[in-house]
Amino acid sequence: MSGVRLLIGTKKGAFVLTSDGKRERWDVDGPHFIGWENMHLKASPADPNRIYASPSISWYGQQIQRSNDGGKTWEAVNNQFTYDGDAGTHMWYDGTPRPWEFKRVWHLEPSLTDPDTVYAGVEDAGLFKTTDGGQNWQELPGLRRHGSGPAWQPGAGGLCLHTIIQDPSNANRMYIAISAAGAFRTDDGGKTWKAINQGLKSQGIPDPNAEVGHCVHHVAMHPERPNTLFMQKHWDVMRSDDAGDLWHEISGNLPTDFGFAIDVHAHEPETIYVVPIKSDTEHFVPDGKLRVFRSRSGGNEWEALTKGLPQSDCYHNILRDAMSVDRLDKCGIYFGTSGGQVYGSNDAGDTWTAIMRDLPAVLSVEAQTLP
Amino acid sequence: MIRVVLPTPLRTLAQVTGEVQLELEGPVTQAAILDALEGRYPALRGTMRDHVTHKRRPFVRFFACQQDLSLDPPDTVLPEEIASGKEPFLVIGAMAGG
Repeated sequence: MSGVRLLIGTKKGAFVLTSDGKRERWDVDGPHFIGWENMHLKASPADPNRIYASPSISWYGQQIQRSNDGGKTWEAVNNQFTYDGDAGTHMWYDGTPRPWEFKRVWHLEPSLTDPDTVYAGVEDAGLFKTTDGGQNWQELPGLRRHGSGPAWQPGAGGLCLHTIIQDPSNANRMYIAISAAGAFRTDDGGKTWKAINQGLKSQGIPDPNAEVGHCVHHVAMHPERPNTLFMQKHWDVMRSDDAGDLWHEISGNLPTDFGFAIDVHAHEPETIYVVPIKSDTEHFVPDGKLRVFRSRSGGNEWEALTKGLPQSDCYHNILRDAMSVDRLDKCGIYFGTSGGQVYGSNDAGDTWTAIMRDLPAVLSVEAQTLP
Repeated sequence: MIRVVLPTPLRTLAQVTGEVQLELEGPVTQAAILDALEGRYPALRGTMRDHVTHKRRPFVRFFACQQDLSLDPPDTVLPEEIASGKEPFLVIGAMAGG
């Protein structure tokens, strides 16, 4: 029976958890990179022992760390992210132009086929790529040079490129999302990009057809349905069935349509998960109840999954990269909280257990299905 | 011989314990010390100063001989006590809290 490895990024270090296929008992390794914020770790689909991590801290900046042994040992690789050419300006909160400036890596997305190729989404929003295992990083500048770039404005967390999705059926197609610019798609391997935000309705943007300015929190895709995308926007859960060309709302009966995390069941492309959060100032689960909501109909009709989750006096947030599924049968689903818990379900969300209760605030959770 | 004391997070990153000892040729300056440090420990590149502009990171400061040298031009020749190894060159992470 194969197993699962969980890669947990927290505000003060990274943890690697492993379990067999039952997913009932977990071995904990860590913390790694003690004291550093670990926005994201992710393993290569092409080599399960190759893992990349992106610790950063405001004192000393960005690291990129690489493991070749499944997270037991790590080595620092190149941490230089220099924008291509004259970086120009984006828009600041007050509407004035502000020079593009690298701050940190939000998301690492290893290639589906090559362990040495990785994409990095950074703040201020840019997409970088390495083809030598992190020894060198080059920007894919076509994204930042999309004509709308000077109008991109940061969300509360910064102007961050936080979502990168590769189309497994088309090596030239990739989706990315930026807060608070919106979602973009390339069909030529990253040379040129199209804003794919039609159908999104965002409060505070007077033009209902605005090309950019949308606070997309996260996007998810099932690998067997690469034209169908699910989005958790600042407000609204959205769906597109034409590779992002047009979106429609599927919030349905959710108690609030604000949230960060969204994911798709590994074997059921119409089964999706979100964790509704109260906004704009609270940023914790509504009514003190930690509930994952599941739709088995591709949206609109949602059921609360509560068994094993606290249903009173809970005031945590679940961030955009802090939910993930494994590919075992039954599908496992995992998420981490701002309170330092990691919850897991080995039955597609029907029941939950606390895998970890006392970590630093969890920033990211990646489930890796081991061969 | 130049003695350099790194803050704990950077010692961990560089995989060193205790002081770092460097041999420099030419004038002993802040820039020369940082060049030598980054040359020996590539993982430290970008952690104390910008990769390209070499501008000091805002929360990093440099001390020696009970003086804050952080605002001095990087090519300023450092005190003889540093060049001789009598006093260490200190890389300090700003102490913040509250």
